[in-house]
Amino acid sequence: MKLIVNGKQSESNAATVADVVQSLGYEGDYFAVALNRTCVLRASYNSTPVKDGDEVEILMPMQGG
Amino acid sequence: MWQLAGKTFNSRLILGTSRYRSPENLQQAIKRSGAEIVTVSLRRQAAGDGSRFWDMLRELNVTLLPNTANCRSVQEAVTTAHMARDLFKTNWIKLETVGDELTLQPDPFALIEAAQTLIKDGFEVFPYTTEDLVIAERLAGLGCKVLMPWAAPIGSGQGLANPQALKTLRARLPQMTLIIDAGIGLPSHASQVMEMGFDGVMLNTAVALAEDSPKMAEAFAKAIEAGRLGYEAGLMSPRSFAEPSTPTIGTPFWHNEKRA
Repeated sequence: MKLIVNGKQSESNAATVADVVQSLGYEGDYFAVALNRTCVLRASYNSTPVKDGDEVEILMPMQGG
Repeated sequence: MWQLAGKTFNSRLILGTSRYRSPENLQQAIKRSGAEIVTVSLRRQAAGDGSRFWDMLRELNVTLLPNTANCRSVQEAVTTAHMARDLFKTNWIKLETVGDELTLQPDPFALIEAAQTLIKDGFEVFPYTTEDLVIAERLAGLGCKVLMPWAAPIGSGQGLANPQALKTLRARLPQMTLIIDAGIGLPSHASQVMEMGFDGVMLNTAVALAEDSPKMAEAFAKAIEAGRLGYEAGLMSPRSFAEPSTPTIGTPFWHNEKRA
């Protein structure tokens, strides 16, 4: 299936948000995830399914003013 | 010591973390200024890239104030706030909603709507707003305990574009914690707003782009402290004419003598 991850289309066979972040190499606790523009809490990654066409946003800490 | 959204701090300077020459430069600026609160954001990065900044923030042991910088809509701002809370483990959010590209002036309509939603969701919302009194009152009415009015557009370093309106804001919202955010270019600007009774100053560019950022950070910290002390001490009112500061009684010899 196709997912849009951080604005780019990508092929994925992930079943959950946890699978998506793991397959892309995100580890630890320094990122946050939104699915279809709604925040998915870290505690819910394993229980949140993804489907074809979903938009996944993965953000990390950045300098800011 | 002062209270900000239920926490106690010594420093009234909130420092932005962006645009420094190097992470070391930023670290030194934070340490030398004594700033206890810094702003951070969330961005797309390749896996692994954000972890170094994250580790540095943890080492500094400062209070984080995440922002929703560059958000254009209510939904973007609300989702970013929720992501920030999940990542940074804080319910504080510096709510920014851009309304104009050239001035980066906040969109007050989106700001109010997003603030309403986020307060319901349990956030401590710090709205970045203009000096507009009615918008500020509306935000206060929603339950915001802190407002961050601009002095001038972000990164402009212009100082106080509308000092009279800022004075009015301070006078009309005496209980509200008001932190001047954006547009401060010089330490004297920071002193000026602190003398007016504002509770704190948030700045970034003036420190980050200085030739010596740590030294400038210290200069701002001292200016903020001086301004606050002056405010607490009670400032004199300007007068139209001179008043001698040295006593005139007992002025010696020649003063009252007629010239021969």
